[in-house]
Order: sequence, then structure tokens, then C-alpha cells
Amino acid sequence: MAILEVEHICKSFEKTEVLKDISFSLEEGQALSIIGSSGSGKTTLLRCLNFLERPDSGKIRVREETLFDSDDAASFRDSEIRKKRLHFGLVFQSFNLFPQYTALENVMLAKELLAKEQPDYKERKKAVHEEIRVLAEELLRQMGLADRMENYPHQLSGGQCQRVAIARALALKPDILCFDEPTSALDPELTGEVLKVMKELAEQKTTMIIVTHEMAFARDVASHVIFMDDGYILEQGTPDQVFEHSHEERTRQFLSRFMQG
Amino acid sequence: MELMLEQMPIVIQSLNVGFLQTLKLFFVTLLGAVPLGLVIAFGSMSRFKPLGYFTKVVVWIIRGTPLMIQLLIIYYFPGLVFGKPVWGGGESGRFLAASVSFIFNYACYFSEIYRGGIQSVPVGQEEAGLVLGMTRSQIFFKVTLLQMVKRIVPPMSNEIITLVKDTSLARIIALQEIIWAGQAFMKGSQGISGAIWPMFFTAVYYLIFSGILTVLLGRLEKKLDYFR
Repeated sequence: MAILEVEHICKSFEKTEVLKDISFSLEEGQALSIIGSSGSGKTTLLRCLNFLERPDSGKIRVREETLFDSDDAASFRDSEIRKKRLHFGLVFQSFNLFPQYTALENVMLAKELLAKEQPDYKERKKAVHEEIRVLAEELLRQMGLADRMENYPHQLSGGQCQRVAIARALALKPDILCFDEPTSALDPELTGEVLKVMKELAEQKTTMIIVTHEMAFARDVASHVIFMDDGYILEQGTPDQVFEHSHEERTRQFLSRFMQG
Repeated sequence: MELMLEQMPIVIQSLNVGFLQTLKLFFVTLLGAVPLGLVIAFGSMSRFKPLGYFTKVVVWIIRGTPLMIQLLIIYYFPGLVFGKPVWGGGESGRFLAASVSFIFNYACYFSEIYRGGIQSVPVGQEEAGLVLGMTRSQIFFKVTLLQMVKRIVPPMSNEIITLVKDTSLARIIALQEIIWAGQAFMKGSQGISGAIWPMFFTAVYYLIFSGILTVLLGRLEKKLDYFR
């Protein structure tokens, strides 16, 4: 059973059509890579899944629950959207860590705010706080940041910041974790350390959607690849199908440019 | 010189009373204008266009005219035009009118500083909060606010130091603040007349007070240096 089903998503900004009839599905535990040149709509697609943009038409379903349906106005409501967002996590290209909090606090903040909405929060305050701290520390250790928990973002390298951001997204246990060009702001050395933890996540069967320009990574780690061009999904399949036996001339053209470099 | 020393206790006593009124106006203005400025800032950033335009026009009028005119109009207008002196008589009425004028005027200046501060926080911060399931008010209070405060401390310090000296404008409606108290000895009061030196003393009060504020605000700025 597919964990995520996306059907006929279209999105325009003013008169520019950015997404044209996007449909795909994703199985639980799979890692999906979305590749394509800049401006092909990859980022907008991720932003639609995270409800940062509202599609003009189409449906989004997670675990058979309809999260978005352009024909159903009820799915636009703010309070609803907030809950639905939690099915997805998003790691940004520019990290967007909260600068006034330490690495540990960054990971804990959202989870603590959500815990406060639980009816039994007042009685269990201390225990809940402790649970969240233990979880956050565990995640940061997993990201190789055991000795960086008390540091503020400006004291961390870009690669460390991005790993904190990944831990922050994981803390809410999203069904699907999205990455929007997570290494594009990093130099090659730092890129490696971020890709390494992402690879580990894939090996642990974390369901992921990764928008990336790292072709080798997309080919080696993803179980499924989508090639987007000019707002369309031009080709999709296993890495082998897309990278080695692409049907479309445009895909081969795009890949050859990357593979040479 | 001997005469001056003789008059000194009377003058100091009188200036102290005046300065207390200055301080009162200063703190009441801050207490009112700091939160009201935030309300105005949200008004001018409102997605509801008419409210946005209305707020911008009000801010334009308040910032575009002298505070002294605003003081005169707010104090005298109700009494002269409607025959209803809403502020009540005496010093307490003048203080009330002065407070309203100052709070409103300073709130408008503060609102523009706040707006700049809020808009200078990258959109990514709000988006990160949203995807983490935070509500807009949680994002404002837990994420944006402190980053905004950090950015507005220098321009706010500037305004606050200006406010210290602007309180003297309340002299125009005869509020008995420190300038009024000092000036009294030029005209003649408590047996002292034609004395200009008390005016120099008032300046010392302002200098010391703004000096203290500069140090305190500088400390606040340092305190927020822990993040970038």
C-alpha cells in the first residue's frame, strides 16, 4: 500500500504554470529522489506537500487519508492544515535553524509546544520535558553531534547546521521526510557528511523525498527516481531505469551534462 | 557666588520636583507606546487592505507634524471646540493630555521600527515554524520576537534617548516638568528672579539620565549578542 499518493497536482504563480499534472506515489520505507534542472518545479512540489503553497488543483493522500483535495474547501482551513503538515517534515536548503536556540533547543522546541496541547500536560510536565530531551539528544547523537548540543547555530558549520535541521524534522516523527536541495548551500566536504546521515536514514527505511542535484547520491540511495522538466514529470522509475535506460532524449541530455562534470 | 550657594537648596528642591514629573511622563510614555506601537505595526502590515492604508495615513500624519502641535491640539481642542475640557483641570489634566499625546506620537515611531524589525527576520524562520506544526502566534512569540528585538535595540535606543529630551515639549501646555521648574527662576519664583544658572542645572539632569539609559541599553544590546 502506498504511503503517499499525489494526483494531478497543478500550480501556477500569476500566469506561470510551475506544476503541470503531477502524479506519483510512494511506498513506505522508500527513498524517492526528484531530479531536474533549476526551475523545473521540484521545490514547488515539495512546498505543496508541506502546505507552504496551495495547489490549484489535485489531491494529496497519506495513508489513504485525504489531506488535500482542491474540490473540498474544508481542506483549506488553517487549523486543519496545521495538523496535516505533521505528516511531512521538511529540511530546507538554507537550514532555517532558529538562531536564538541551541542545537538541542532547536530540536526540542516544536515537540514541546505540541506537548503543551495535550490535556494531561500539566500533571506530567517534568516527565514529558525529560522524554523530549532524551529523544532530542538521541537524534543529535545519531547525527554525530553529541558534542555540539549546547552550541548555537552560528557556532556550527553548515554541515552541522543541516544535520541539526534533520534531527529537528525527525523529532516530530513525520511519515515522510522531505529534503529541499539539502546540500546545495554546502561545500563538497560538508556535503559528504550530510549525505552520509541521509544514507543512514535511507538504510533505516525512513520514507523520504529528496530534491537534489547530487546525481550519484540519487542513483545510489534512492529506490525510486523522478525526473522533472518544465513542470512535468518526464520520466520516473528505479534509478537503473532512469539513469541507465532513460526513454526520453531530454533526460539523457540532462544526465550527460551532470555525469561528465 | 555666595548668593547662588544660598539659593541652591531652593532651586535643587524645585528642579527635583520638576524632574520627577519629567520621569513620570517618560515612563508612562514608554509603557504605553511600546505595546501600542506593536498594535500599530500589525495594523500597517495587515492583509486587510483598508486597515493597512488607514494605519499608514495615521502614522504619516503623526510623524509628519510636530509633536508640539499635537500637544496643543489634544490639550485645547476638546475644551475650545466642544466646550468640554475632557482632560480635567490643573496639573493632573495637563499630565493626562501630555501622556496621551506622547504615547500616540511615540507609538507611531516605534511601529515603523517594529515593522522594519519584523520584516528583516527571514521568511525561512516562519516557514520552518510552520512545517514544524507551530501556530502563527507560537512562531511570533517563540521564534520571530527575540530576533526582532535584537535588530531593533539600536534604533529603539535612539528613540528612547530622544524621548528623554522631548518630554520638555510638554512645557508648551504648562506641564510642570523640569524645564518649567527651571524657567520659573528666570521670571521670578520663591524670591529668586533673573537667574539663568538653574537652566544649566536642568541640562545636567538630562545628561545624567540619558547617560544612565545609554549604559543600560548598551548592556541589553550586549546581552543579545549570544546569537546572530
